[in-house]
Amino acid sequence: MAENKEKILEVKNLEVTFKNGKKEFVAVQDANFDLYEGETFSLVGESGSGKTTIGRAILRINPTSKGEILYKGKKINGKLDKETDRWVIRNIQMVFQDPAASLNERATIDYIVSEGLSNFHMYHSDAERHQKVVDALKSVGLLEEHASRYPHEFSGGQRQRIGIARAMVMEPKLLIADEPISALDVSIRAQVLNLLKKFQRETGLTILFIAHDLSVVRYISDRIAVIHKGRIVEMASTQELFKNPLHPYTQSLLSAVPMPDPQIEKNKKLLIYSGMEEDSKTDPRSWQEVLPGHYIYANESEMVEYRNKVTL
Amino acid sequence: MEKKVLLSAKEVEVQFQVRSRVLTAIRRVSLDLLEDETIAIVGESGSGKSVFTKTFTGMLDTNGKVTHGEILFEGEDLLKIKNDQGWEKIRGKKIATVFQDPMTSLNPVKTIGSQISEVIIKHQGKSKEEAKKMAVELMERVGIANAAERYDEYPFMYSGGMRQRIVIAIALACRPKILICDEPTTALDVTIQAQIVQLIKDLSQEYGFTTVYITHDLGVVANVADKVAVMYAGQIVEYGTVEEIFYDPRHPYTWGLLSSLPQLGIKGEDLYAIPGTPPSLFDVIQGDAFAPRNPYAMKIDFEEEPPMFQISETHFAKTWLLDPRAPKVEPPKAIRNLHERILQMIRPEGGYYGGE
Ligand SMILES: Nc1ncnc2c1ncn2[C@@H]1O[C@H](COP(=O)(O)OP(=O)(O)OP(=O)(O)O)[C@@H](O)[C@H]1O
Ligand SMILES: Nc1ncnc2c1ncn2[C@@H]1O[C@H](COP(=O)(O)OP(=O)(O)OP(=O)(O)O)[C@@H](O)[C@H]1O
Ligand SMILES: [Mg+2]
Ligand SMILES: [Mg+2]
Repeated sequence: MAENKEKILEVKNLEVTFKNGKKEFVAVQDANFDLYEGETFSLVGESGSGKTTIGRAILRINPTSKGEILYKGKKINGKLDKETDRWVIRNIQMVFQDPAASLNERATIDYIVSEGLSNFHMYHSDAERHQKVVDALKSVGLLEEHASRYPHEFSGGQRQRIGIARAMVMEPKLLIADEPISALDVSIRAQVLNLLKKFQRETGLTILFIAHDLSVVRYISDRIAVIHKGRIVEMASTQELFKNPLHPYTQSLLSAVPMPDPQIEKNKKLLIYSGMEEDSKTDPRSWQEVLPGHYIYANESEMVEYRNKVTL
Repeated sequence: MEKKVLLSAKEVEVQFQVRSRVLTAIRRVSLDLLEDETIAIVGESGSGKSVFTKTFTGMLDTNGKVTHGEILFEGEDLLKIKNDQGWEKIRGKKIATVFQDPMTSLNPVKTIGSQISEVIIKHQGKSKEEAKKMAVELMERVGIANAAERYDEYPFMYSGGMRQRIVIAIALACRPKILICDEPTTALDVTIQAQIVQLIKDLSQEYGFTTVYITHDLGVVANVADKVAVMYAGQIVEYGTVEEIFYDPRHPYTWGLLSSLPQLGIKGEDLYAIPGTPPSLFDVIQGDAFAPRNPYAMKIDFEEEPPMFQISETHFAKTWLLDPRAPKVEPPKAIRNLHERILQMIRPEGGYYGGE
């Protein structure tokens, strides 16, 4: 399905390094993936694995130390001219992980949601601007009366929806949704997931979905990449990944998915993944295709084992 | 064996002054916390979970006030405490909270380690060196790798999930009687979440504290909870043991919550979502607050507030459907036989698989 679609974003050999005094920390290394127009691609992995860092690198908030990011074939990392910069900001929006920290506490919701509209003059009259804000608020399940209120008057989940409204009002082509629903209760989660799907059906929106819960990811994504300590260790279509979860880290994530069933949860066994020895000299690991479209970070001896395990 | 009541909230009402208007966030809620028990509070965003539990520690925003009720704890009505000095003896020391948003609890300009040590010095009277050692241990315990090295780093250098683990470490450093966890693991990956949940369970056994666990994740609820309280529009609408709530839910709102789980979602189809939005809390609510969104609503739901009906010794629900005069209604198909359906989604060797 994905093959005949156009690539909207290409991430090639991406590396992001943080410098802290003399210490250098490579938060993301050798990340390779493409996003196809209209698909939902999910990045899952544990806390600190570099998911947000990748999202922020695409948005140009984090500088990259190696590799390339292409949007519609055009390089968007590193130094950009003003026009390209605006083009990127206009078309790629992000819903931030931390709803409280990402909203200006002194501004009204009306102002927050329409800031991007103002920057890009996306309306003809103030009435039109306000209408867009109200529509965006309603589309995320908030009320018109909320427009005149301030962020601190809202609960955590309500604030997250304001963040989604702020992104969607810009009608972006690519949405980076950084854990957009983990702060929400299940019923709103369902609404927001349906909402993202609806936006996608209607506008062909491409979504980079960042999450840590594979049950949510299974439901929403076309393809999934599993990231561990800054490195993508497995990538496949959703169906394939759930059918043949090969990497022990993927298996450990699957074992941890919370199930809404007290009997099962109270007897649950976690598969803990504590990393694998790297024998980089004799049998180094690399990014390999185990089945068409199913990639895994493995060395030759592991590949033999993985090939034996897959069921077609 | 009867467990002792540790804290008893009675008819608590909370109102916020929002410019010239009054918002009633908590509408006469009563709840007992028993010793050595984990109670989970679930419910829609804005239903009042955080506000309700904040009344236990006097942490309401300045525009908010408890306008009715009492909260009995160790023979004292906490609502009689008038100033921060009075609260100092309770807050952090006896009742500690881990908040939803780690950045509100961490000081951005102080190192992670010093923030943990500070609490240990203040509440346990340890020396600086001892406190540092304990802090590093706690950091390790909540899953921070290279804890000693990362002791001197600042919050911005930690990922969202790591920050939250630090906040948990700080709360545990107080050795509280009641630990309120306000969505402590929503920002964490499922693996660490499962480990933290286990850690909190282990520590609560070890030290014998009561846990109030606020979460949106019914999977986590299934794991941690002995009892579950379901909140809607500022009230508890259903209360029971964790088995009663998952296997025999009675309130249509609880049915809706369970039905909308992504685990039960079928790919390519919309997830079930409870229709409509919760009522504006500025308005006086007539009848059952859930009525406009309730597919089973009857005439009386729009007119009169339902009482708490008792189903078993431990199970209560506030819906007119339980009135003997009401027609008999089955819960939606999606959540009947929940246990059998979920069994089909997991691999025999353990782990989620999602069914076909
Ligand atoms: N500004 C920064 N300076 C130094 N290190 C940083 C900075 N931002 C992130 N890091 C580090 O980079 C790593 C990846 O962080 P990132 O926020 O991308 O993780 P994440 O996968 O989004 O985790 P979570 O699920 O907890 O949000 C972490 O080890 C973090 O400490
Ligand atoms: N300082 C405040 N001023 C006005 N209204 C407030 C204030 N704090 C909370 N509220 C309102 O009180 C209600 C309950 O909020 P609360 O934070 O308890 O929700 P919650 O159930 O914890 O939601 P979430 O799951 O999103 O965290 C909400 O309608 C909220 O808008
Ligand atoms: Mg993140
Ligand atoms: Mg809350």
